[in-house]
Amino acid sequence: MARPNAAYLAAGSGCYTDDIQLPRLVHVVFLRNPLPHARFSAIDTAAAAAMEGVIRIFTGADIAKLCRPMRAELRNLPQHKPIAQMPVAIDEVAWQGEPVAAVVAHSRAAAEDAAERIEIDWEELPAIADPGAALEHGAPLVHSALASNLAFVTRIENGDCDGAFAAAVKTVARDFDFGRLAGVPLEPRTIIADYNPADRSLTVYQSHQSPHLMQEIFATHLGLPQHKVRVIARDVGGAFGIKLHAYGDEMAVAAIAMILGRPVKFVCNRLEAFQSDAQARECRVSGRMAIDGDGRILAIDAELLLGIGAYSIYPRTGLGDGIQAASFLGAPYNLAALRASLRVAYQNKVPAGAFRGVGQPLATVVTEQLVDDAAAAIGLDPLELRRRNYLRLDQLPGTSRGGLRLGALSLGACLDKLASLMDYPRLRQEQRELRARGIHRGIGIATFIEQTAIGATLYSAAGLPITTQDCCSLRMEPSGVVRCAVGCTDQGQGTLTGIAQIVAGVLGVPIEDVAVSAGDSAGPQGGGAWASRGLSIGGEAAYAAASDLRRNILEIAAAVLQSSAERLDLRDRSIVDAADGAPRLTLKELCALAYYRQDLLPPGGARELAVTRQYTPRTDPYFVANGVQASYLEVDVDSGWIRLLGHWVVEDCGRVINPLLVDEQIRGGVVQGLGAALFEHCIYDSEGQLLTGSLADYLVPMAAEMPDIVVAHVTTPQSGTALGIKGVGEAGTVGASAAVWCAVNDALRPLGARVSRQPFTPQIVLEALGRVSGTGS
Amino acid sequence: MIRDDEAATERRITCSVNGERITATVPVRQHLVDFLREELGLTGSHIGCEHGVCGACTLRLDGVPVRGCLILAVQADGAAVETIEGLTESGEIAELQRIFVARNALQCGFCTPGMLITAAELLRRPRPMTRAAIREHVAGNYCRCTGYQAIVDAIAMAIEARLTAETGGGDR
Repeated sequence: MARPNAAYLAAGSGCYTDDIQLPRLVHVVFLRNPLPHARFSAIDTAAAAAMEGVIRIFTGADIAKLCRPMRAELRNLPQHKPIAQMPVAIDEVAWQGEPVAAVVAHSRAAAEDAAERIEIDWEELPAIADPGAALEHGAPLVHSALASNLAFVTRIENGDCDGAFAAAVKTVARDFDFGRLAGVPLEPRTIIADYNPADRSLTVYQSHQSPHLMQEIFATHLGLPQHKVRVIARDVGGAFGIKLHAYGDEMAVAAIAMILGRPVKFVCNRLEAFQSDAQARECRVSGRMAIDGDGRILAIDAELLLGIGAYSIYPRTGLGDGIQAASFLGAPYNLAALRASLRVAYQNKVPAGAFRGVGQPLATVVTEQLVDDAAAAIGLDPLELRRRNYLRLDQLPGTSRGGLRLGALSLGACLDKLASLMDYPRLRQEQRELRARGIHRGIGIATFIEQTAIGATLYSAAGLPITTQDCCSLRMEPSGVVRCAVGCTDQGQGTLTGIAQIVAGVLGVPIEDVAVSAGDSAGPQGGGAWASRGLSIGGEAAYAAASDLRRNILEIAAAVLQSSAERLDLRDRSIVDAADGAPRLTLKELCALAYYRQDLLPPGGARELAVTRQYTPRTDPYFVANGVQASYLEVDVDSGWIRLLGHWVVEDCGRVINPLLVDEQIRGGVVQGLGAALFEHCIYDSEGQLLTGSLADYLVPMAAEMPDIVVAHVTTPQSGTALGIKGVGEAGTVGASAAVWCAVNDALRPLGARVSRQPFTPQIVLEALGRVSGTGS
Repeated sequence: MIRDDEAATERRITCSVNGERITATVPVRQHLVDFLREELGLTGSHIGCEHGVCGACTLRLDGVPVRGCLILAVQADGAAVETIEGLTESGEIAELQRIFVARNALQCGFCTPGMLITAAELLRRPRPMTRAAIREHVAGNYCRCTGYQAIVDAIAMAIEARLTAETGGGDR
């Protein structure tokens, strides 16, 4: 089923935040520092302030008077002691692009002109960009206030790792290097803050995934009562985790609106987006795997190093990529031991944060590439090696060596379905035949685990004001239409369509009779969109609310019809006899009675046509989805160019409410994983100058390079829920890069070459083949 | 009336926007897409990169798709501008829009107006096209959400529908 709310977007009638116009609206532009690390004292704003159209200029100190600094602390990880981040820098800047002043003017152009006239005396400080170099003794400090650049250390040790490697028949090892990624939602970060001094209320229109989170943060940091802050996310032009954080410039916009007492708009431009949006997944991993003579994987041992930029991003911290990358290692497999040590470094780069998949794509690459290396080492087909080592059904539910609580999985079933879907034997044969003709194709398989629908345990333990519950309010209107307000948000995934389908199904009405609203902190409380939670959590809340509303409707109808609720049912907008389906009363008639002719209703009993229900996973900490992907590609050994020929996904996200939308979630996610593997890279020089500040430099996947993607499903309903849904939003991204890694290395293996540095640009491929020498970059 | 000392920074233009005659005084440095969005309230043309790569601001100038961020408003003087709003109202791309929605060829929708205008070129003189050729045609429009396959499907379906209507029309 298509999304009813897509039609107005296709008509160009969407209302994204920049499309909102308010009376007395003024524009803010941020001056961003040009240096990766510097101190500054005097800011001369006189010339800028005198320019036409300029209203006022704010420095970091001006903003700090109103807005508390941001410090991402987690109660359950006390060893992580992040330093406070000012919304607009004061005295010292730690990454190139950090805001240092805000210019407010009647137009954006006037503000941009004035920003260029601000004069600042910079004292450049030594900067460090490389996460490894940042942790070396004597490295320049990212912040003068720090004792070292080490942000966090943790370690997983489960089972006898040394014993496993000592007993191994073969050991394979590889050093992985993952380039820093940008999320690049097409709509840049945008915010309008409007403050009404008369009643001390702040209304914020923001392109964001979680309005309730931002309501909490604005209230806390600006000293406002929470109910006086309203955050509204209308149409959001892509987010992918990037719009889940609190950004200093956006906090400053709210503070400026309070100071000026009028609406203020900030629209990030594309250069600023590359300089200030959360980046992700800059990681190095030294991994090795032990296998025995029967092709059994014994252990994985890995050292991980993550670079999180200049600050630990607020409020969730920048640690997620590293923690998830470590804890998901080997998760689908029956390991005897896992050892993973993680070090996290500050560097003079943009802070890193959540981006679709959070660390899971890294764990999948490391695990699956090592599995492929192991298969090659013992001369076993990589598909067969996986099949032999998957967690057995009798081991589930259980806990992985990395500490993940795994429910029922369907790894073997997914693999079997994938093999037949892609016709694995035929592709292997084609690969052999073409290889004989000098054409180098590769096949890569990637098994993945996706953590979805994170429940009460994670952020509760961390002490963060992040709700994992979602709330749904339903109300029948006199017309018989259902008003549905939810706390989960939709940036195009189709969550609201799925919610409408669930409600419509329970109430026996067509989907167009369910009017869904979301994205407003004045509406039902919810977490918004993150960690593939929309239908798996929000859907459960909607189902519970619809079930209660159905019961109420039938009880009212029973009273009116002098029947009993058990003998009635809701079908085709009508109350019908459950036994024979004979219509008794239309829903519209019943609603009109309930609102306008209460005098006709007998006294007593449930009479309410409005219900609210909340849901959060409690019995399981999260719902674990799984699947297998495959990539088929060709490497041109002369040019280094990689051509994607095919991609297959078999995924198990439990019950699927809307196959059309689920499949497109998977495909969109896959392409983000393909982009990471082949093109995308935030490149900095060694001192932290960003070199990829445009879409001509940071290469995103475009239509011509992308393959068609075949998607199929295995269905293992989530236990302990009414609907059996697991999340699916990140599945594509979690597995796609790994499939490409395995396929490229499969193509190169007979040539004695291997690639281990992502993205696999032609340069990287040709270096691996020894056709060109390394650039050292 | 423009004074001489302002002549360098502002200019009066007259153009047709979605068939409506518009006369306005615009800063000479203002981009066409900013003029349409800010002065005329035509917010269907979106701004994604402001350097001509992403295609979100694609609109038609004298019938030809252009990047609204690479054209100045003054360059539209005397020209006919068509935006997603105009193409929607005229019904020219109604079938394409219907298929995009039915095939779920849009998610967040931010790229969609530009994508539709680019794709609509293929429907003006429809001919059978391979999927690869369709992909090449829309390779200047960035979509972060869909992975492009549904977009390619939708365009292929729209071409097919148009060809069937043209060749099969006489049989009915």
